[in-house]
Amino acid sequence: MTDVGLIGMTSLVMAGITIAIGSIGPAIGEAIAVAKALGALARQPEERNTITRTLFVGLAMIESTAIYCFVVSMLIFFANPFWDYVIKR
Amino acid sequence: MDLMGLKAISPDSVVLWQWGFATLNATIAFTWAVMALLVATAVLAARNLTSDVHYSRWQNLLEIVVGAIRGQIEDMSQRRMDPYLPFIGSLFLFIALSNLLAIVPGFIPPTGSLSTTTALALWVFIAVPAYGVAHLGILGYLKHYIRPSVFMLPFNIMGEVSRTIALAVRLFGNIMSGTKIVAVLLAITPLFFPVVMNVLGLITGLIQAYIFAILAMVYIASASRAREEKEEEPSPQEKEARAKSKKPEKQGNAGREADADPSDTGVEKQKPAKKGERKL
Repeated sequence: MTDVGLIGMTSLVMAGITIAIGSIGPAIGEAIAVAKALGALARQPEERNTITRTLFVGLAMIESTAIYCFVVSMLIFFANPFWDYVIKR
Repeated sequence: MDLMGLKAISPDSVVLWQWGFATLNATIAFTWAVMALLVATAVLAARNLTSDVHYSRWQNLLEIVVGAIRGQIEDMSQRRMDPYLPFIGSLFLFIALSNLLAIVPGFIPPTGSLSTTTALALWVFIAVPAYGVAHLGILGYLKHYIRPSVFMLPFNIMGEVSRTIALAVRLFGNIMSGTKIVAVLLAITPLFFPVVMNVLGLITGLIQAYIFAILAMVYIASASRAREEKEEEPSPQEKEARAKSKKPEKQGNAGREADADPSDTGVEKQKPAKKGERKL
């Protein structure tokens, strides 16, 4: 296999694997967080504002790990230095 | 979307105008557009402010926006935070407006560029020690770094740097992913589905603006809170907890930070009194 084919294949496969594995953990984490928050809302509806705000901030924190993986896979797709190097050569 | 091709990951690479060394890329142009829109709206709305019963619609809009931001800040920090209102409010308004304008055809949100979000995150990085020093004094603020013990110093510094990076990359990733997904879908299923994703992008954009502002508020509040907790009268529950622990002096700080509930109730007890003051 040529260098171009090898680099292209590895990049695409790794980008897919990155976003696939990277989204599993945050998905489970967000599900747990939302479930707990719903339970808390059902118990104490009067604390709605605090719970919702904390939930949003927490979700953003959890989600940022998935976003990192997404950014990395996007970089592999659109700004891959190895691919540019091979193409230029 | 037309300006930025499918391959371009950041609006930095879209050059609108070039003259010698000076290049005007899309990020700068749209940042200035958003800023101009904000300033123009604020100037027009604030031109004839009145405390009369009859006031203009623009003043009503302004009052709602400022009141909502102030309410959120007060809820978050449990006390009056008017000095922080301009900073947090401008962060929120700028990010929210530039994310919401993404539905305008031809507009590329400047928050989808890593340079813009890094600049905003650097402002938070600077504002945290600035407000902390203004609140606690230089020594008081620096003590905050060795809070549980001296060994935590490198971790505190690392935490401060890494949360700044996280702040920048989170906003960039969310907005960039929104625009990219719409661009990809436009190529695959042109008519209806991109609209749905665009609506989803609006929701994420607003939530991300909210989260950026709230996180900045949390960081600033946690840096300038340290001494006030010490000055507060310890509540009875806290006294009991301290009597129970065997080394009251050494574990005092860690224990107090671990169970935040007693101090929270203490703050909430004070809150009605403060509201009364404000009405007076």
